[in-house]
Amino acid sequence: MGILEVKNVGKRFGGLQALSDVNLSVRENSVHAIIGPNGAGKSTLLNCLVGKLIPDSGSVMFDGQSVLGRAPYEINQMGISRVFQTPEIFGDLSVLENMMIPCLAKRDGSFELNAIANVMGQRDIIEKAERMLEEMNMADKRHMNAASLSRGDKRRLEIGMCLSQEPRLLLLDEPTAGMARADTNNTIDLLKQISDQRSITIAIIEHDMHVVFSLANRITVLAQGTPLVEDDPENIRGNPKVREAYLGESA
Amino acid sequence: MFGLDKKDTSLLMIVAVLTLFAPFILNPFPTGSGLAQFNAGYPDLMQRFVIFGIFAIGFNILFGLTGYLSFGHAAFLGVGSYSAVWMFKLLSMNVLPAILLSVIISGLFALVIGFISLRRSGIYFSILTLAFAQMSFSLAYSVLTPITNGETGLQLTLDDPRVLGVTATADGSIPVTNLFGLEMRGTYEMAVGPWAFQFNIGYYLCALVLIAAFYLAIRIFRSPFGMMLRAVKSNQQRMNYTGLNSKPYTLAAFVISGMYAGLAGGLMASMDPLAGAERMQWTASGEVVLMTILGGAGTLIGPVLGAGFIKYFENIFSKINDNVLHGWFSFMPDGLEDFVVFIVHPFIGKGWHLTLGILFMLVVIYLPGGLVEGGQRIAGWIKGNKQSDAQQSETKPAE
Ligand SMILES: Nc1ncnc2c1ncn2[C@@H]1O[C@H](COP(=O)(O)OP(=O)(O)OP(=O)(O)O)[C@@H](O)[C@H]1O
Ligand SMILES: [Mg+2]
Repeated sequence: MGILEVKNVGKRFGGLQALSDVNLSVRENSVHAIIGPNGAGKSTLLNCLVGKLIPDSGSVMFDGQSVLGRAPYEINQMGISRVFQTPEIFGDLSVLENMMIPCLAKRDGSFELNAIANVMGQRDIIEKAERMLEEMNMADKRHMNAASLSRGDKRRLEIGMCLSQEPRLLLLDEPTAGMARADTNNTIDLLKQISDQRSITIAIIEHDMHVVFSLANRITVLAQGTPLVEDDPENIRGNPKVREAYLGESA
Repeated sequence: MFGLDKKDTSLLMIVAVLTLFAPFILNPFPTGSGLAQFNAGYPDLMQRFVIFGIFAIGFNILFGLTGYLSFGHAAFLGVGSYSAVWMFKLLSMNVLPAILLSVIISGLFALVIGFISLRRSGIYFSILTLAFAQMSFSLAYSVLTPITNGETGLQLTLDDPRVLGVTATADGSIPVTNLFGLEMRGTYEMAVGPWAFQFNIGYYLCALVLIAAFYLAIRIFRSPFGMMLRAVKSNQQRMNYTGLNSKPYTLAAFVISGMYAGLAGGLMASMDPLAGAERMQWTASGEVVLMTILGGAGTLIGPVLGAGFIKYFENIFSKINDNVLHGWFSFMPDGLEDFVVFIVHPFIGKGWHLTLGILFMLVVIYLPGGLVEGGQRIAGWIKGNKQSDAQQSETKPAE
């Protein structure tokens, strides 16, 4: 049994069957890549996992519990954190405050009316946030406005924010899309380091095969809303079906 | 001090000094001098400054922090006033239970309206709050006449039951509002040379409440809750995917700001025990929006400044009439004098709205951070000048 079990999931948008009969099993502590041509349904699948979309059929179990019908914040509190394709951070807040918010969410839950205490007096939260900034190599930027960070730094911050929640499953949707080579390599190193040092399961959607093959130890290929194969990276490389799916796209 | 850092403590001190010494500060011109009409140190006017300051401080907790623009906050002010007057009619002329009830009832009212309006955000939220406020206004004006006394407004009469007090005083008049016997209308006048300063008990009650309300607002701004409210404004999507439920945060902010409005309404009725439906009208809701934006939304002291500014304009500028203008410009030749008065005329008296509108536009366009940003720019400019002075004096010896 994997930590995430997707069974027979289907999702329709009007006349378009975006997902049909999707089965996916993500093993604990693995880095699982989901690849496939444009429009294959990868983002749709991910949205079904985090509560943004509700599938029409099938089941999604995380750690033995169904996530279906739960709000995004509830699913996050179960232990699933998500990194967006374009970094979603609190642009108006400082880098340190950005890091403190997930720490507060972890400590106090989804709502806490703590309106009198001074937020800068929350020693445990500040220490944790600063440690995470340290780890992300961003400690010197802690008082900067998050909106003024470079794209690569925004991505780092967002990943750091997700990690500070100590999630069990980290979902990433094309984290290196639109990034320069150097930033891409930085992100690969960061993710490698995360999966080596923490007991975190990572599921990543990615187009860049360099990223996929440097990170993944399990790959699912999605085409036209259905999984073609799920296998180890070395078997995916030579698989004729996969080639066909991608060639079909470029033709 | 009081759990605040240095900067916030000095801000609190500034507000405390401004309000406590307002009878002096607002009366800079000797009585009888030509400029005396710019004095604003009269009890009822000072009370209005402070009460609208409280209203705006509360409004800013919602609008300044979460970005949700309510166009119906006057409804809570009105509900607060009605509650207080009913307390005077039924229970006692002591303002304390009246103000408490105002805060509680307007809080409950805000809970219901907020719960429904917050199902939408942006312009739809604003329209929903506006619709609710207009509904409340109409209800108060006609349908709920038994409770609100319709057009006439709710007033004290000579046959109110008043459980803990008398229906009428010994000389047959309506008793006055008080705080454990201290009459709100009580005023002490101090004459210093040509100046006359007025110290009013009601005003000082309002001033103390404002200081407390301002202090509470600082604590909320600096709390984890306040940070979450800023997160709501910044990125709700990230918030929801960070395990935080933004709904109860926004609703709590809405209710708190509704309670501030109710507090203001209760104080208003405590100073002058009557309540009318017009307090709930959309223009009144719009006014608090103007105050907050003019002063600086999201800043602590901005709403207080904005409220003072607008109320000063409303009461002082509106009193300047053509006669006063002729007095000012009498040194000019006759034709020119008439011409100048003709030009200035639309901007004064009943035209004060025009002046305020122009000022508001100038502030929004050139100082998006409101009067507070203006103050910061001036402070920065002075500091910059000082620094360059210092640099010059440093470089001189080297020469
Ligand atoms: N909210 C929506 N409403 C209607 N159609 C949608 C919606 N979201 C996605 N689709 C459609 O569903 C299909 C799958 O989209 P999806 O975004 O999941 O693909 P993807 O594999 O993530 O593609 P890409 O690699 O380009 O990101 C596409 O044809 C898309 O147009
Ligand atoms: Mg996609």
